[in-house]
Amino acid sequence: MLQQEGQIRIPSGCAISAVINKKGVCFSGERIIKSIALMHDRSNGLGGGFAAYGIYPQFKELYALHIFYDTTEAKAKTEQFLNEHFEIEMAGRMPTRKTESIRSSPIIWRYFVRPDKARLVESELDEEEFTTRCVFRVNTTIGGAFVFSSGKNMGAFKAVGYPEDVGEFYMLDDYKGYLWTAHGRFPTNTPGWWGGAHPFTLLDWSIVHNGEISSYDANRRYIEMFGYKCTLQTDTEVITYLFDLLVRKHKLSLETAANIIAAPMWEEIAAMPKEQREYYTTLRKTYSSALVNGPFSIILGFNNGLLALNDRLKLRALMAAKQGDEVFFASEEAAIRTICPEPDKIWSIEGGRPIIVTLDPTV
Amino acid sequence: MIRNRKGEQNMKKVYAIEKLCLNCRLCEVYCKTAHSKSKDVVKAYKFEQPAPVARIFVEGDNRRSFALQCRHCAKPKCVEACITGAMQKDPVTGVVSNDPERCVGCMTCLAVCPFGVLREGAIAYKCDLCQGEEEPACVKNCPNHALIYVEEGTQK
Amino acid sequence: MRYYSSDYIVLRNEERCIACGVCERQCANGVHRKDPDTGKMTADESKCVDCQRCVCMCPTRALAIRKNPNEFRDNANWSMQAIEEVEKQAESGGVLLSSMGNPQPYPIYWDHILLNASQVTNPSIDPLREPMETKTFLGSKPDRLEYSKTGKLLTNIPPTVELNSPIMFSAMSFGSISLNAQKSIAMAAKECNTFFNTGEGGLHKELEPYADHCIVQVASGRFGVHKGYLDRGKIVEIKIGQGAKPGIGGHLPGEKVNYEVSQTRMIPEGTDAISPAPHHDIYSIEDLRQLIYSLKEATHYRKPISVKIAAVHNIAAIASGAVRAGADIIAIDGFRGGTGSTPTRFRDTVGIPVELALASVDQRLRDEGIRQQVSLVVAGSVRNSADVVKAIALGADAVYIASAALIAMGCHMCRTCYTGNCNWGIATQKEELTRRLNPEIMSERVANVFRAWDHEIKELMGGMGINAIDSLRGNRLMLRGIGLTQKELDILGIRYAGE
Repeated sequence: MLQQEGQIRIPSGCAISAVINKKGVCFSGERIIKSIALMHDRSNGLGGGFAAYGIYPQFKELYALHIFYDTTEAKAKTEQFLNEHFEIEMAGRMPTRKTESIRSSPIIWRYFVRPDKARLVESELDEEEFTTRCVFRVNTTIGGAFVFSSGKNMGAFKAVGYPEDVGEFYMLDDYKGYLWTAHGRFPTNTPGWWGGAHPFTLLDWSIVHNGEISSYDANRRYIEMFGYKCTLQTDTEVITYLFDLLVRKHKLSLETAANIIAAPMWEEIAAMPKEQREYYTTLRKTYSSALVNGPFSIILGFNNGLLALNDRLKLRALMAAKQGDEVFFASEEAAIRTICPEPDKIWSIEGGRPIIVTLDPTV
Repeated sequence: MIRNRKGEQNMKKVYAIEKLCLNCRLCEVYCKTAHSKSKDVVKAYKFEQPAPVARIFVEGDNRRSFALQCRHCAKPKCVEACITGAMQKDPVTGVVSNDPERCVGCMTCLAVCPFGVLREGAIAYKCDLCQGEEEPACVKNCPNHALIYVEEGTQK
Repeated sequence: MRYYSSDYIVLRNEERCIACGVCERQCANGVHRKDPDTGKMTADESKCVDCQRCVCMCPTRALAIRKNPNEFRDNANWSMQAIEEVEKQAESGGVLLSSMGNPQPYPIYWDHILLNASQVTNPSIDPLREPMETKTFLGSKPDRLEYSKTGKLLTNIPPTVELNSPIMFSAMSFGSISLNAQKSIAMAAKECNTFFNTGEGGLHKELEPYADHCIVQVASGRFGVHKGYLDRGKIVEIKIGQGAKPGIGGHLPGEKVNYEVSQTRMIPEGTDAISPAPHHDIYSIEDLRQLIYSLKEATHYRKPISVKIAAVHNIAAIASGAVRAGADIIAIDGFRGGTGSTPTRFRDTVGIPVELALASVDQRLRDEGIRQQVSLVVAGSVRNSADVVKAIALGADAVYIASAALIAMGCHMCRTCYTGNCNWGIATQKEELTRRLNPEIMSERVANVFRAWDHEIKELMGGMGINAIDSLRGNRLMLRGIGLTQKELDILGIRYAGE
């Protein structure tokens, strides 16, 4: 029997793309669709998706839950759970457009929620941790329900299909955001499951990733010590949790987190001045199991910006470009040039050296 | 490199390290083989005639032992005593050797050697430091590095 | 009359034997003898232990040792060994003694685990072209790091030690092995930037130059333990148990306690050195905590404290307790671990395989969220670099090797260390035998094994597309089982080949 994502680990190759306006100016999803569509051949129609930031300004204080349901029964169970744990400000079917190539869609709903005050106090957790745990609960205990987006003022949109068709299906041309990331998937197996498409998200973290990490199980078993449950068995999932652990829970800077995930080689560390050497040695010693190995290029989106990172050997392509207030990233240069023909600067990012782009403080 | 008072390089000699000597006597076996025609251990011991002669001897027993061979003295008594001039010290290498063509087997050299390291046979046999080889056979084959081949004055 | 036959026979190729007598002089058991009447070599095979010294030393390769073909009547239950053991006890009335690790045909899980390699979706890495990191730190690590606003580290970092490769030399005391053997290993440890372990026999003054690469053991007999000893070691290891003899202490017979051994162990010359079965100040887990903290106090919290335990049935719970008692390193010694001397019944029937113990300990510590607080070191028959890789992937931080180091020095696993007549100069204190180990030669051979394994580990890692050992540790997805039951797979936490 063919096993589904989550029951088995499925490696996949991919295309990724991202664009951000540092001034927070919002623009529609057309450009990111155009960029990812150019890399059509890097995906095989078995998964595509987008993350968009700044799209729900009217609900920006609320968690936007995007949920796939296989059955109405799963929906009923989930809604009962949500009603017990959250105040639901608004709920409705996710707006979609009939698209020829996107088929067998699950039931897709969207909820804008805030944690139930009494429940939150009772849980002795902060709001984010409470929401995270509720998302895990739904995804691990209610069969046929899958929360695929749970951040504030952002959302993930994904499906089985080519990314440009996915964009069409979700009507992303109707949304306006200041940061967009996109993913086209080339899994080496055919799970055909919508939840398995990327980006993977947790609260406002979203990750698009190209590569296959060889450290997967070391990372998974490490992160699970801290209460995470890797239900999908994908690289993207585990990398998202690593960032969540390091940045949200351990309060390390994004750059430090990147220096853990793609740590400098010991050889490089040995050549550093004493203070820096000690800093990196302590990081690597303490977080050795959070080192991500094997080829990867990732773009991590969050409300305040994005981070782009390549594995330390630079085994996967990732290009970056700048023009005015906009910064672009993509697996291929052409995917940038198709939406920004003459950038001020375009370069291939270095292995293991994170590039962090944040919104201007004035925004 | 250590030089003597005349500025010449000291000659390399074989030294025995007693605390490492196992009394296995493989040095004798390999010396005999190195000085055989066939250079084959089994043939050297079992078939060759005249039988080859080992020029190194292990003294002692398992508790304490060491290997002994010609010291290649600076002023060799054997050279002085040789009645035919067969025994010579090479002025360049310092190696004392016995020319089998000229040796008549009178064994005067045996009588005068202060170390007792010559062996009696058809002629007198002695260590020639395996001339032509990088290292003497005894040194090369010592399993515990109890024999070393170094310049005089550099041994520990 | 002796009721049992010789274990071995000596085959001598008369056509090659030159009667040089090397075999006679090299056999401390007195097997070979030159017959004065015939001038030929003969053998008293009843004394032969198959140590292979004569075979290796024979200049004409004229010797071979074979199993004695003598057979008892077939009986699957009363095997020849079972019968002979009773006969030996009928003769001696004593406990049967053995040495080295458990030789019984129990499953060897290493040999039922296969490694992964990258194909297409993920490139393999060539260690000759790319950096390949095997550097390992042992000791407790904090769960997280905290920095002040100015970037100053606020977290207290417990002491760790650094290894170039996750391989260390396991405990072998001076007394159980010769000083030359210990020194050879100490020199190799220094050369390879790893550690050797004194065992429970103290640190001989000749080994002090290698103290930076030394783990000092504190065992139930407290032999050789004093302030200077604790100060010199880089790790202090409390030995609770040993895989070859869980539940009992060591016994070094008085004849092995010569002047040097007595000085190092701080006991009178010629007396038996008997380690009690338990530490008499540790009758429960809270007592262990007291000893761990006494040693931390004594070493000013500058050294990791290791606790070595034999792999027994409830190992996971014991390991968890040891972590909570403050152990920075836990060394798990499996039932195939070696020893100089142990009762045969203990060696062959007590304890469990280290592979299963490691897998369950690692998982248990993760389930409890305390895996970061401790490093896991496994011992008990790590035979080659693939075993190392499998151990790391199951969850170990490093391995201890001992038998392999002895083999590098000539040991052929004849398993008669307890006789004190080791022809290779390893498990003996007889000067004429210990002299057979020249530390200059032997340290190089031991270091060669370390270097070769390190290279092979890097090649295997590269094949998996991993360039740092950190990413191999606990990475059980790189392993697949073969010829295992579902229960075994579950304990090992791995899938079946093809899955």
